Amino acid sequence: MESRYSRQELFLKEAHPYTDKHVLIVGAGALGSSLAEMLVRAGIGKLTLIDRDYVDWTNLQRQQLYKEQDAKERLPKAEAARTRIQEINSGVEISAITADGGPEELSTLMEDQRPDLLLDGTDNFETRFLINDLSQKYNVPWIYGACVGSQGISCVIIPGETPCFTCLLDVLPAEGMTCDTAGIIAPAVQMTTAFQGAEALKILAGRWGDVRRELVSFDVWKNTYSSIKIEALKKTNCPSCGEEARYPYLTEDNRTKTAVLCGRNTVQVRPPNNRTFNLTELASILEKQGAKVTTNGFLLSAVILEKRIVLFQDGRMLVHGSKDPEGAKKLYQQLLG
Amino acid sequence: MNIIINGKEEQMALQEPTLEQLLAAYSLQGKSVIIEANGQIVPKEKIGSTTVKEGDRIEIVQFVGGG
Repeated sequence: MESRYSRQELFLKEAHPYTDKHVLIVGAGALGSSLAEMLVRAGIGKLTLIDRDYVDWTNLQRQQLYKEQDAKERLPKAEAARTRIQEINSGVEISAITADGGPEELSTLMEDQRPDLLLDGTDNFETRFLINDLSQKYNVPWIYGACVGSQGISCVIIPGETPCFTCLLDVLPAEGMTCDTAGIIAPAVQMTTAFQGAEALKILAGRWGDVRRELVSFDVWKNTYSSIKIEALKKTNCPSCGEEARYPYLTEDNRTKTAVLCGRNTVQVRPPNNRTFNLTELASILEKQGAKVTTNGFLLSAVILEKRIVLFQDGRMLVHGSKDPEGAKKLYQQLLG
Repeated sequence: MNIIINGKEEQMALQEPTLEQLLAAYSLQGKSVIIEANGQIVPKEKIGSTTVKEGDRIEIVQFVGGG
């Protein structure tokens, strides 16, 4: 029998080079699902996947690892993804983490696991700046990818060589256009991950000479494509990659944080200290306050005060049908103190 | 005036022939973009003063955050 990687080896003209490679994908939504499947099929040695969300019915249109049953059970994406990709390739070691990839969680992963590559499967700029600082601090390349509507963008960031994300974008952009407002179609996702995935395969095979050093962007509906050389944008005084880099996005502040999730009409509330909640205990607290509660062992769903909420074991709460971060924070404090 | 924008020829009627007006025509003013004009990156502070002319090749890349 031919090796399962024979066609890839034929193309690469070398024996399977990915066995000892470890990739960390941050986010298991549309981009993360596609990237995870691509790399697991390509036969990397280890994949770590971190995601803070659970599978929702509106994800099924484009998030290729998930099925109706996952949405019905509201499985955490990391868990549902693990099951599916392990079925695809049982030879890959998979680590699936359900948590909000903040500075603390991701720094710990970098310290302990030293992945060879970081892949962007996130849906927000804040986490991308954080990935960028981790990449610089730990000297690990990362591949930016993002999409909305019918457009997508990708760029390889190599520490010590290319400009970094902070060089390209000196301020956190106001997110005028998200999957919430502009929608998203699956081909825009797949085109974005095709660019990210190709660069990943080059980097993991050590083919540095073939790696794209340009920022690529496209629109699959308007039929446009651009590829821009970005080396002129590297800044020597960049706070993330310059001579006196101080990695501003790695500084954790200890406040309750809120974030509006892309495409979900949902606000996440994240308490400052990581604490683990007992879901049964939590359910009884909420039931006493008049909530109707269900749980699947990983998380708890409830309708309370006319809001649908989901609570994870790490203390995070999602408030659905809301784009109001302050209101969500207030509700959190109301329910859990 | 005909300009090649992101690889596609477009006919543009701009009040003033500047990159800033071009961005405005695409509703991209003040958004996070990188612009390349005829193969050269245009620094942010020069977007207002850079003129565009017939046949220019302009690449406009907007950073998006979804995924």
